[in-house]
Amino acid sequence: MSDARPILYLDGVSVSFDGFRAIDNLSLVLEKGEMRAIIGPNGAGKTTMMDIITGKTKPDEGEVFFDGDIDLTRHDEADIAMLGIGRKFQKPTVFESHTVEDNLLLALKGKRSAVKALFDRRSPRQAERLGHILETIRLSARRHDLAAGLSHGQKQWLEIGMLLAQDPKLLLVDEPVAGMTDAETGETARLLKEIAQTHSVIVVEHDMQFVRELGVKVTCLHEGSVLSEGTLDFVSADQRVVEVYLGR
Amino acid sequence: MMIVRALADGFTWRVAAAVLVLVAAAIVVPVLNLSVPAGSALHVPTYAVTLFGKYLTYALLALALDLVWGYCGILSLGHGAFFALGGYAMGMYLMRQIGSRGVYGNPILPDFMVFLNWKQLPWFWYGFDHFWVAAIMVLAVPGLLAFVFGWFAFRSRVTGVYLSIITQAMTYALLLAFFRNDMGFGGNNGLTDFKDIIGFDIQSDETRAALFAASALTLALGVVLVAFFVKSKYGKLMIAVRDAESRTRFLGWRPENVKLFAFTASAVMAGIAGALYVPQVGIINPSEFAPANSIEVVIWTAVGGRATVVGPIIGALVVNWGKSWFTGAFPEFWLFALGGLFILVTLFLPKGIVGTLVEGWTARRARRASATAEKDVEPESFGKDEELRAEAAE
Repeated sequence: MSDARPILYLDGVSVSFDGFRAIDNLSLVLEKGEMRAIIGPNGAGKTTMMDIITGKTKPDEGEVFFDGDIDLTRHDEADIAMLGIGRKFQKPTVFESHTVEDNLLLALKGKRSAVKALFDRRSPRQAERLGHILETIRLSARRHDLAAGLSHGQKQWLEIGMLLAQDPKLLLVDEPVAGMTDAETGETARLLKEIAQTHSVIVVEHDMQFVRELGVKVTCLHEGSVLSEGTLDFVSADQRVVEVYLGR
Repeated sequence: MMIVRALADGFTWRVAAAVLVLVAAAIVVPVLNLSVPAGSALHVPTYAVTLFGKYLTYALLALALDLVWGYCGILSLGHGAFFALGGYAMGMYLMRQIGSRGVYGNPILPDFMVFLNWKQLPWFWYGFDHFWVAAIMVLAVPGLLAFVFGWFAFRSRVTGVYLSIITQAMTYALLLAFFRNDMGFGGNNGLTDFKDIIGFDIQSDETRAALFAASALTLALGVVLVAFFVKSKYGKLMIAVRDAESRTRFLGWRPENVKLFAFTASAVMAGIAGALYVPQVGIINPSEFAPANSIEVVIWTAVGGRATVVGPIIGALVVNWGKSWFTGAFPEFWLFALGGLFILVTLFLPKGIVGTLVEGWTARRARRASATAEKDVEPESFGKDEELRAEAAE
């Protein structure tokens, strides 16, 4: 019964910054276990939408519900992260002066008490989980290196690894393949598809080849609301989508 | 057992060496002062014991600042306030110890209160005739102020230069408040003319040597504590908050709590430093709250190397020793020298003395390691490099 409830439910959400409507009456429903790709030109409101879901920005109006009946507009970033929403930023954001392993350690699911962290020691189960994640994101060999020394693509993977360590119910992944080589892009698609087997995922991406590889339902945003929704072929055949991308 | 192991984990050789040196100093210096006759070349004169005892309390203050600035990214320009508050708590105890030996001979009221025609002791002076009450206040007053201040500031997400400015405003407000006679802390003159500390004559060589030893041992304890903080998962969290605060938030941590804990712990450390400082210099007055004092602490920490455990101690000792020497030799030029030092360090040693040494040492080790690794593959890869370069040139 509970499985029938959508993992994420946005209805009539709007938010303005200094009179500019970044999100305009946006509605979107993501089913449990679904992976969704979000496309749209610059300024379409993709990142603002993620800010609203993760509590960074409060909507002026509209409803945002997570996992059925949790009202996300009443929670802040840390609460929402603990409720089970993980986020990867557009610009890879990792802790540069920490090792790869420590980055994952700080993300690892568990109690988030600053004072308790003073006496927190790594359990064998945590160590095993770290090793597993490192293998998944192909960074086992770099585990003791500083994150600052990683290549751009490796930082993207590390951030995805941090998401995995959090083990959230819903992953928001903003431009995971920006700045990656073709081989890395293919690898990332494989990784995300693997993650999507056990999690709900929203991926924002410009790279159409990558979106095609994911092979999931696509939502095209424009000026803060949904312009078109369906398979990639359906969306890219939509005359309005073509106009938005190419201009008239 | 777990705590012992956790403590041992935090010990790099630099930390261990610092603790060892401080403990040795706590034993050797008093012995050389008290047991070696004044004529001997090994004799340490009492003025030097007191002077370096004072420097050690400055070093503890710098270490406290390093915990919040170096590791947690909170540039506090008001740490002198916590130092001064700890100093005032100790000063109040020392005032009550004077008893009827004051100029006016009042057994209860300190001289300045008699002078102001006060008839009875203000309520906040109660209990300060007991050392343990004063000791608790040394910890509690700076800690509480930091907690309340930090609770509001960090929760409102005040960061960066704005936070620095309000810490500066905090210490300035306290400076003005403590200048007022009505506050009941001796106004402009502050608290002075101390006689005894826990029953010992505060002027005697033995007491001064003991205060030096207490300062050195407390600093050693501070080093152990900061090293333990830094090496723990909490320490990693502090650095994470320093480098990418919003990222920690999206991982579910509350950076405001991380900062609040560091800020409060650091304020308590600063308070202890102040409490050890006052009996050695013999006075505490509102000038200790001066914003310039807090800024000097930042300079010591930067010179020594922030985000290192040993750096701020070396910075505080070097700069203050330099100050004592300089103000004797060229009194008019000290502030220019201090300003120049800060500029030179910022330009040429952005990581401070210790930070630069550590970096150089690590880089040399890395170069050696890669040199050894390269030896086996050198001829072939070298040739390849040449080819690639030739191709690139075309």
